[in-house]
Amino acid sequence: MNEFVATVVRGLGNGSIYALLALGFVIVYKSMRVISFAQPAFMMAGALLVSYFVLSMNFFLAVVVALLLTALLGAGVERLALRPMIGKPVFVIAIITLGVDIVVRTVVNAFIGLDIRQMGDPWGLQQVDVLGVKVDQRHLATLVTTLIVVAALFAFYRWSRTGLAMRAASSDQEVALAQGVSVGRVFSLSWALAAALAGLAGVFLSTGIGLEQNLWLTALKALPVIILGGLDSLGGAVVAGLSIGVVEALVGSYGGDLHPIFGGDFFLVVPYLLMLLVLLVRPYGLFGTKEVERI
Amino acid sequence: MTARTGRPLLYLSYGQDMALLNTSAKRGWTLVLAIGAVALPFLLTDDLLVVLATACVASIGAIGLNIVTGYGGQVSLGHAFFLGIGAYTAAAISGDPDSTRLIGFGITSVPIWLLGAGLVAGLAGLIVSPLAARLRGLYLAVVTLGLVFIGEHIFKHWKHLTGGVGVGRPAAVPELFGIQFAVDGEVFTKAQKLYLLMLVLLVIFGVLARNLVRSRVGRALAAVRDRDLAAEVIGVDVTRYKLIAFAVSSFYAGVAGALLYVMIGFVEPGSFNLALSVQYIAMILIGGVATISGSVLGALFITLLPRVTRELPAVLPFISSSSGSGGITVFQVETILYGLLIIGFLIFEPRGLFGIWNRLRTYWKSWPFSH
Repeated sequence: MNEFVATVVRGLGNGSIYALLALGFVIVYKSMRVISFAQPAFMMAGALLVSYFVLSMNFFLAVVVALLLTALLGAGVERLALRPMIGKPVFVIAIITLGVDIVVRTVVNAFIGLDIRQMGDPWGLQQVDVLGVKVDQRHLATLVTTLIVVAALFAFYRWSRTGLAMRAASSDQEVALAQGVSVGRVFSLSWALAAALAGLAGVFLSTGIGLEQNLWLTALKALPVIILGGLDSLGGAVVAGLSIGVVEALVGSYGGDLHPIFGGDFFLVVPYLLMLLVLLVRPYGLFGTKEVERI
Repeated sequence: MTARTGRPLLYLSYGQDMALLNTSAKRGWTLVLAIGAVALPFLLTDDLLVVLATACVASIGAIGLNIVTGYGGQVSLGHAFFLGIGAYTAAAISGDPDSTRLIGFGITSVPIWLLGAGLVAGLAGLIVSPLAARLRGLYLAVVTLGLVFIGEHIFKHWKHLTGGVGVGRPAAVPELFGIQFAVDGEVFTKAQKLYLLMLVLLVIFGVLARNLVRSRVGRALAAVRDRDLAAEVIGVDVTRYKLIAFAVSSFYAGVAGALLYVMIGFVEPGSFNLALSVQYIAMILIGGVATISGSVLGALFITLLPRVTRELPAVLPFISSSSGSGGITVFQVETILYGLLIIGFLIFEPRGLFGIWNRLRTYWKSWPFSH
């Protein structure tokens, strides 16, 4: 039983990372109707900046500074590469973000180098006893931080003026423009937010195990998450993120007895299989808005 | 024909207008191009020929992707998966039948394993296509991306077929009418023979694709791409044509995958990843969406890019040719250039190399008038 609970907590920890990443995807999607494939690059950039800043300052301060810079990077990318493409087919814009990802990630990789970079975080791989169950501190920290960030984000969208503007722009850009919402600012802000969230996910992903070049593949797991939760649903992203994390952890722990043809790392493809299954039944994900077609 | 002698661009029937080579300029230049392509093996060194042969194969794959993404408008990031299926089917059909480690049937004749690879990949495409028929736009892109990950996982673990990670297996053996293409012969070297084989195959598959897209199927696909609802209203069976697009595209991918590793002689299961899919997307975007000649141009461009950047350290001393020593390496420059090219082409020349060519052609055609 204890092992089961520990596995679930590990899954929730990883799941919160997916949720953070997925939130970034959803925020960009809501504002631009585009899936930004540049999120992995922002994730790596955020983690990389922290790993350099901790050499000269406190970890938490380093995270704040690094995330601000990552947000700036996101807004800059949007201004340079995405703004000229407004009104073009979404597929084209999505491919541009792929190009951005390749460029930014290559630069980041050059700074990471071939070795694992330490994050200098206070948690490391230490464990803590919660009601008799041993869980990694970093997983708890991730979960708690994610919950706080998600609550803040929802409050921002629900109650702040800018959040209202963002919701308006997402539901109809032209009408929002006519009401005096600066849609361009909304785009910048969305990209900045998405980049910062990805950066935060990157920081938590590389706490304990350290930052290395291949970590970017984890960011792609947010794709099945957003498809599962529905591309335009913030709540869906969180729910789907946490559940995929838990399912993945459970398969990782207990799936070893499956047929050897699945291989020991079968849990790595579980998110994608889940996504395929759900899509066969519900083409717009669990919480996504069904597209209404006008003739 | 008398009416055409004085006015070469006057078409008297739909057939003339839709002909493959509908202008005398096209006829002339195609002849020049064909002669040039056949003469190349005797002018270039072997290492360049291998690169060109790879470009020919990549062109076949890019044409396949262009059929589904360019003409059909269904964004597929799963091309690498189908390339992988083709590569392994071909390798298994032509593999050593006595091997205890790997599946092999020992049939080394090119047409057999080529068709086998294409058909198996096409079948896989058909199996996947119901998803494609249900999903649209970016949902489809992400799902096909999921296919790549699932495929990569299967390739890594099905050791009897693929040899496993880091080990791999020998690629398909190219043999036709008793000629071994992958070994140096008395008259031709290995590279010359492979280049000519791939060139012939590219011409065959290129003409086939061109015929497909200028026929009923191609028009139906374009209608689905431009507005699927409108297409359905005028009587195009959208689901059926989406299935066709996916099956044909996967067939081409399978063929390309089967041939791609013949040059290297070796297939590694880790190579069928997202990066490979993106590479093919880049080819059709840089070459030109919804054009066959654009696909070929794009494939040439992307395949030759590493070759060109490798010459850079000689010109620009701050770029080093090996990793480890400080500064930026050729590989980093190559990747960054590749990403920047994708972004740049999409922003400044969305119609790709084909669009540039089109503009040049129009300029000279209407010279000295600017429009």
